[in-house]
Amino acid sequence: MSAWIRLLRSSLGLKYLMAGSGLVLVGFVCGHLVGNLQFFLPPPVINRYAHFLQSNPELLWGVRLILLVLVGVHIGTALRLWALNRAARPQPYASPATAYGSTLASRTMLLSGLMVAAFVLYHLLHYTVKVESLNGTPLAFHQLREPATGHADVFAMMVAGFRVWPVSLFYAVGIALLCLHLSHGVAAMFQSLGLRNPVYAPLIQRLARLLAVVLLVGYLSIPAAVLLGRGQNYLRRVVEHTAAALAPTPANPPAAH
Amino acid sequence: MKVKLKVWRQKNAATPGRFETYDTPELNPNMSFLEMLDVVNEDLTTRGLEPIAFDHDCREGICGTCSLVINGKPHGPHRGVATCQTYLRSFRDGDTILVEPFRARPFPVIKDLIVNRKALDRIMQAGGFISVRTGSAPEANSLPVPKEAADLAMDAAACIGCGACVAACKNASAMLFVAAKVSHLGLLPQGQPERYRRVVAMVEQMDREGFGACTVTGSCEAVCPKSISLDFIARMNRDYAVALFKGVGARPGRAAAVPA
Amino acid sequence: MATLQAHIPAGPLAQKWTRHKFESRLVSPANRRKYEVIVVGAGLAGASAAATLGELGYRVKNFVYHDTPRRAHSIAAQGGINAAKNYQNDNDSVYRLFYDTLKGGDFRSREANVYRLAEVSVNIIDQCVAQGVPFAREYGGLLDNRSFGGAQVSRTFYARGQTGQQLLLGAYSALCKEIAAGSVQSFTHSEMLDLVVVDGHARGIIVRNLITGEITRHNADAVVLATGGYGNVFNLSTYARHSNATAIWRAYKRGACFANPCFTQIHPTCIPVSGDYQSKLTLMSESLRNDGRIWVPKRREDCRKDPNSIPEADRDYYLERMYPAYGNLAPRDIASRAAKRVCDEGRGVGESGLGVYLDFSDAIRRVGVDKIRERYGNLFDIYKEITGEDAYRVPMRIYPAVHYTMGGLWVDYNLMSNLPGLFVLGEANFSDHGANRLGASALMQGLADGYFILPATIATYLATVNPTARPSTDHPAFREAEEHVRGLIRRLLSIRGRRTVQSFHKELGKILWEYCGMSRHEAGLKKALQLIPALREEFWQNLNLPGTDSELNQSLEKAGRVADFLELAELMCRDALERRESCGGHFREEFQYPDGEARRDDEHFAHVAAWEYQGPDKPPVRHVEPLVYEEVKMVARSYK
Repeated sequence: MSAWIRLLRSSLGLKYLMAGSGLVLVGFVCGHLVGNLQFFLPPPVINRYAHFLQSNPELLWGVRLILLVLVGVHIGTALRLWALNRAARPQPYASPATAYGSTLASRTMLLSGLMVAAFVLYHLLHYTVKVESLNGTPLAFHQLREPATGHADVFAMMVAGFRVWPVSLFYAVGIALLCLHLSHGVAAMFQSLGLRNPVYAPLIQRLARLLAVVLLVGYLSIPAAVLLGRGQNYLRRVVEHTAAALAPTPANPPAAH
Repeated sequence: MKVKLKVWRQKNAATPGRFETYDTPELNPNMSFLEMLDVVNEDLTTRGLEPIAFDHDCREGICGTCSLVINGKPHGPHRGVATCQTYLRSFRDGDTILVEPFRARPFPVIKDLIVNRKALDRIMQAGGFISVRTGSAPEANSLPVPKEAADLAMDAAACIGCGACVAACKNASAMLFVAAKVSHLGLLPQGQPERYRRVVAMVEQMDREGFGACTVTGSCEAVCPKSISLDFIARMNRDYAVALFKGVGARPGRAAAVPA
Repeated sequence: MATLQAHIPAGPLAQKWTRHKFESRLVSPANRRKYEVIVVGAGLAGASAAATLGELGYRVKNFVYHDTPRRAHSIAAQGGINAAKNYQNDNDSVYRLFYDTLKGGDFRSREANVYRLAEVSVNIIDQCVAQGVPFAREYGGLLDNRSFGGAQVSRTFYARGQTGQQLLLGAYSALCKEIAAGSVQSFTHSEMLDLVVVDGHARGIIVRNLITGEITRHNADAVVLATGGYGNVFNLSTYARHSNATAIWRAYKRGACFANPCFTQIHPTCIPVSGDYQSKLTLMSESLRNDGRIWVPKRREDCRKDPNSIPEADRDYYLERMYPAYGNLAPRDIASRAAKRVCDEGRGVGESGLGVYLDFSDAIRRVGVDKIRERYGNLFDIYKEITGEDAYRVPMRIYPAVHYTMGGLWVDYNLMSNLPGLFVLGEANFSDHGANRLGASALMQGLADGYFILPATIATYLATVNPTARPSTDHPAFREAEEHVRGLIRRLLSIRGRRTVQSFHKELGKILWEYCGMSRHEAGLKKALQLIPALREEFWQNLNLPGTDSELNQSLEKAGRVADFLELAELMCRDALERRESCGGHFREEFQYPDGEARRDDEHFAHVAAWEYQGPDKPPVRHVEPLVYEEVKMVARSYK
């Protein structure tokens, strides 16, 4: 057997794929947060960042493709391992689930992972594809334009999205599940890749929990800020500006809906 | 004290099993759990019923023969001991105690509470040794081993091969067992020449046997009668990865067949 | 009638083994694969022998009744293994280890065997280290040693409190290697129930599969028994519950002589009995006596007091008082008897009054609690688990318990019994420990026999055998043996009486402990010789044995073993009665000095007593192999 076949066929190989893809995806989650936290700077900052990404499709789609493949690998290996693991115990215990020494997060990785995947799908449809029926507001996200530049106004879109409280709540649940997933996943990643020893094992455990909390606070700070009023005035200005720009003129027929 | 026992009874591997409930005779809190089963069996035999078959031997926590999942936990309520070192003072008068065999596909039930753990032997046969011919060993002190390495190797070598790690794991994974052996030998200078072949061969035999994979829940470590650390699994993961990078293969012809 | 030829080689003691190896016949590598050897048991002796014979090229079949070859009770040896390495520069040598072992055995073992044991002890350590046995090390990376009972040097190698486990796992790993290589075929859950003798030579065994109940015949050119000791005849002992005498007993009934059956070792440091339900006694390693001090109160009325409240002046450190040179490290038989003596005086501690203190407070003061935890942590944990007491704060309570049997099947210098082709290793033979075994010597003997001695000596026999003429399993002797086994099982299952096997075992144990235990006397032994046959009679009339023979039936397994114990116990008492002297573990109350020390009788009993079976209704014949000491002078054994 070659090393590649071993990687794909052995249980340890699958765990490497799982951990390796997880590592990059965690990196993305962190990077994404840093990008999003520009929300707390004046609106042009984050809009400029978004425009930079949008105007470099090679970069954007390159990253998206990699992420997509990794998500596929991550979920694929998870399902394969899940099937192997289930087959390893055909007859379950009659006693209530054995839980000795294990955390809730560690026992529910597949469930939390699949729920996070569903959330990510929603999140993409909501903010990336901008399916209007998902945003719970009459505002069409793709029509929001920064008054000064006419570029897409991401800041306004975030405000518009999160001021709908059920959306924020759903978002909060998704993030919480992600963080639960990562509170175990990050530590397990080190374990699976063999990057753990008695000296820094406790450190890794703490790091994983800390990271989960930082991500949770960081991601939730945005909808929280919106619900507390940040950006409402700016959004109003953008909406007015957009409305004015879209005012029905002979050259500009109204949108169909 | 008296307790109610709900015990798995199964005639043999081919016959489906079921739980039976027994009221025990009067017990002493200083009895070990297995001595309680002895007393119950004496009672059953005297009443013309078939005694409960269970695995046991040394009754001092070292041979690894005893098993049992007691109220959902392999080896009973305490940490760091085997079933034979579990005492009735850990239970209360009138308790109902649920006793099941270890459950895993590679551990088929032989009878009642006895399971077949030969899969662990086959993993050992795949590579759990240092190939040294009797008589060819060099003078013992010609190879100094740092005390730290020897101590850590001993921590891993303490494994008694009971299979509780498999029983406790939600995936029925044998990673802790395999990692303990891989680490014991891999930590010592004597074990270096075969270090990577060994890990590849043992991991692959483990997979062939049908054990699950590790999701790092830590249940194995929590129920291990010798409290073997999860860190050894990380060490094995590392060794296996290095083996893949080095392109080390298992020895040809060493794979043991797994009975259907 | 059996003849006992010890085949001790000529020449000076130190050269006997080397010369013997040179003069022995060989089997060439190409011919070895033609030979089949059966090895029964996979403890230290069996696993090491099977693995080594496999390496040499013989075709080996290994049988164990356990689920895997890693479970044998060698695994429970805690303290360590002796070897004459002299790494501590404390003036140890092969000769000193030999002399200590011979003296420890109270001059009732063979000089040449013991010397050979000491000689190969150094190779054992080399072998085990190379296999990856994680012995304790010093900071410089070299091997550490500790001292043990019966020695004034530190020559004991150890792996925490799990030395037996680590050595066994080493031998098991060697066995795994050979199983994978195909040279050893491993049969688990397979209990040997009879030996097949063809034309006076051991040629096979009859085996019951414990899962299916299937009875099978196995032939070979030689049969090696490494099936351990028979201490479970006492019911309560430090042995594993399944340890039994069946293999050697049935070989005895096929003509192999049983030597010194009355030589049993009572270990001084076990956790005292707590109740009638008890299934086994747990040993606290002898190594604890390195740092623990043994005492009882000087006055009876203090026995129930909190031990920490008893002032130093009111304590009797009786071993230090009686044996100042060795103190708490007096050999096992001596320490056990001393404990019995102080308890008989009414100064025993604990609820039953059958216990003495093993106190670590001095050592903890001297080296600190951490050091003590490092040395004995797991033993203190076991103690706490069983008794609920914390030995770091209150002294342990200990009492002697049956631990080892020095007696066993008679073997010559080549480890072959009087039945040609039948080899016996480890605790199952009688060879090296005389009337008392020193601590850390059982592991040494098991591995010496299996790794180094048998692989050399078996060739001497095999070279005389034509493997192409090996009797097939259709030979009438095989058929007869199988029928015999089946008949025995049928008989056991057809009794349909009222008493359980365990109740018989318990009663037998009580008789034996009372009359053939730590001290024996003529009247008691004669009484036991009436009680045991009566109990045996009842066993065969009134045994309640559930289940059938075609399934896993633990009661049936046990019944067969207890049936054998019921016969063996009688032989032990007979042997104890005939040996009219006190030596080592055999203490006859009639033969003692005024101070209570054992009085050996070298004039009449400097010999091995080997018993030969004569049939069910006839008393066995007692053969004698005189012990000739060429180099050493027998002296009174003093540890004062």
